[in-house]
Amino acid sequence: MQYQSQAVSKLYFMAAIGLFIGQILFGVILGLQYVIGDFLFPEIPFNVARMVHTNLLIVWLLFGFMGAAYFMVPEEAETELFSPKLAIALFWIFLIAGALTIVGYLAVPYATLANITGNDLLPTMGREFLEQPTITKIGIVIVALGFLFNISMTVLKGRKTAISMVLLLGLWGLAIFFLFSFYNPENLVLDKMYWWWVVHLWVEGVWELILGAILAFVLIKMTGVDREVIEKWLYVIIAMSLITGIIGTGHHFYWIGMPEYWQWWGSIFSALEPIPFFMMVIFAFNMVNRRRREHPNKAAMLWAIGTPVMAFLGAGVWGFMHTLAPVNYYTHGTQITAAHGHMAFYGAYVMVVLAIISYAMPLLRGRAAANSNKSQVLEMWSFWLMTVSMVFITLFLTGAGILQTYLQRVSENPQPFMVVQEKIALFYWMREVAGVIFLIGLILYVMSFFIGGEEEAIA
Amino acid sequence: MSEKFTKSMSRNIFYGGAAFFFLLFVALTFDTTRALPERDHRQNITEQVAFGKKVWEKNNCIGCHTLLGEGAYFAPELGNVYTRFGNSKEAIMAFIKGRPVEGIQGRRSMPQFNLTDEELEAVAEFLKWSSEINTANWPPNVQG
Repeated sequence: MQYQSQAVSKLYFMAAIGLFIGQILFGVILGLQYVIGDFLFPEIPFNVARMVHTNLLIVWLLFGFMGAAYFMVPEEAETELFSPKLAIALFWIFLIAGALTIVGYLAVPYATLANITGNDLLPTMGREFLEQPTITKIGIVIVALGFLFNISMTVLKGRKTAISMVLLLGLWGLAIFFLFSFYNPENLVLDKMYWWWVVHLWVEGVWELILGAILAFVLIKMTGVDREVIEKWLYVIIAMSLITGIIGTGHHFYWIGMPEYWQWWGSIFSALEPIPFFMMVIFAFNMVNRRRREHPNKAAMLWAIGTPVMAFLGAGVWGFMHTLAPVNYYTHGTQITAAHGHMAFYGAYVMVVLAIISYAMPLLRGRAAANSNKSQVLEMWSFWLMTVSMVFITLFLTGAGILQTYLQRVSENPQPFMVVQEKIALFYWMREVAGVIFLIGLILYVMSFFIGGEEEAIA
Repeated sequence: MSEKFTKSMSRNIFYGGAAFFFLLFVALTFDTTRALPERDHRQNITEQVAFGKKVWEKNNCIGCHTLLGEGAYFAPELGNVYTRFGNSKEAIMAFIKGRPVEGIQGRRSMPQFNLTDEELEAVAEFLKWSSEINTANWPPNVQG
């Protein structure tokens, strides 16, 4: 650790991992509810568990992004953080607000939560991923502004690198596009259209800038390749992300009441969306091959190499699979979408956050450049267990999705939704098994922080 | 990448490309906004439909169902439930009202939301309105 104030990121990373555990526990509950329909009913109905699962994912990734920014920016700007105290205060505000929201989801019926939190004054709740009470949303905006102020001031007073500019742009974009979550018109079609300004322009837009910046930072540190080369790649990759991804929003506009020309815009541009992910794979392997040092943190290297590969598969390949309008006509809103969503989020965002945590944590804990061999071996086991089980979760959901699409939408005698669900239950069982293995991988991951500390860390 | 292709060139492609395609997206959004009234038949959004959307949101229906294919994949598509239920709001209301409090042994069941008659009628009216949006013939058949 080169700057004292980087230490605040440790809090953020710890919270991220804690919430990650919660997310996966609820994922396992959801998977079971798919096959044992009354599991935990009516105490924790599916919609509540799903809301906890997806909201925890978003919140822990945000903790991860913020932690990454607090770690990276002082080093990039070559100066201490503008205000470490603000960073710590915002951490607790965000954690407590997040925890209260989750408790609210679980403790009272959603309609009651909406009433208590005054949703009628400014109705924003009850939309997928944006289920947070309006006051929580306002809290998120305040935390985001404080965070952006802190990070921007740090960059302003220090060295301005391409990595910190791209990171800042991504984080500002994240906050700005979140503001569309406050727009909830009575007209469902308009509501849906601008809902995508948050959801799509996040995950297939500005979040990719954050992803690129974190990956570039880790690769510079670990490979020692010249910054000029890495930053050139970074710009080209994120250029392609936005050139394809912004108009690519159109792939969500096919069947929600929008004009039919979106079928052309969406299909053409989103067919190009795998390109930046493919470039990211080439980039990462290229940089590792040209490395000028052997970094002792092998586990972090594994995450850094795994990220583009899995992001390419999950976001690129699985996204392309159902993005063309004539295909999407049949697959829209089926388990194919769920399959893509799982691998894309894991590959692109979960893994990049775990990569920066893996790189930064040994330094933050004063363990020289890397954890002991024992700890790294366990972390690498967790990498393979989580990654391989996620591949299987995706494959099983894809199997379920293909059958569902055929039985419900393509065959000569289309069958009702629930009839089809029962026919494909075997795939859901297999998905649940893979999910439990993912949970085991996650437990090993957490354990890797607690073992091997007494052994010599690797310098 | 070749040495002739410099970092500042790649930076310019990024800023130029992002700005151009974002502006193009905004322009398309404008055009769409102009074309929408014919497709979303907004003239039919009565107070009851608007209230129905609120009921829909307040009970987190999207947490299990899809609506025009968006949402969760645990329960049936509702964009066309009005047609699937034989163009009957009464059938929709009866279904929601009739959900058992304790669920159904071993099976998925919709929770009993204890909606008032006013809420029931509004949500049914909202789903009827939703079924009349021009969705480019999606879903492919009545099963959703």
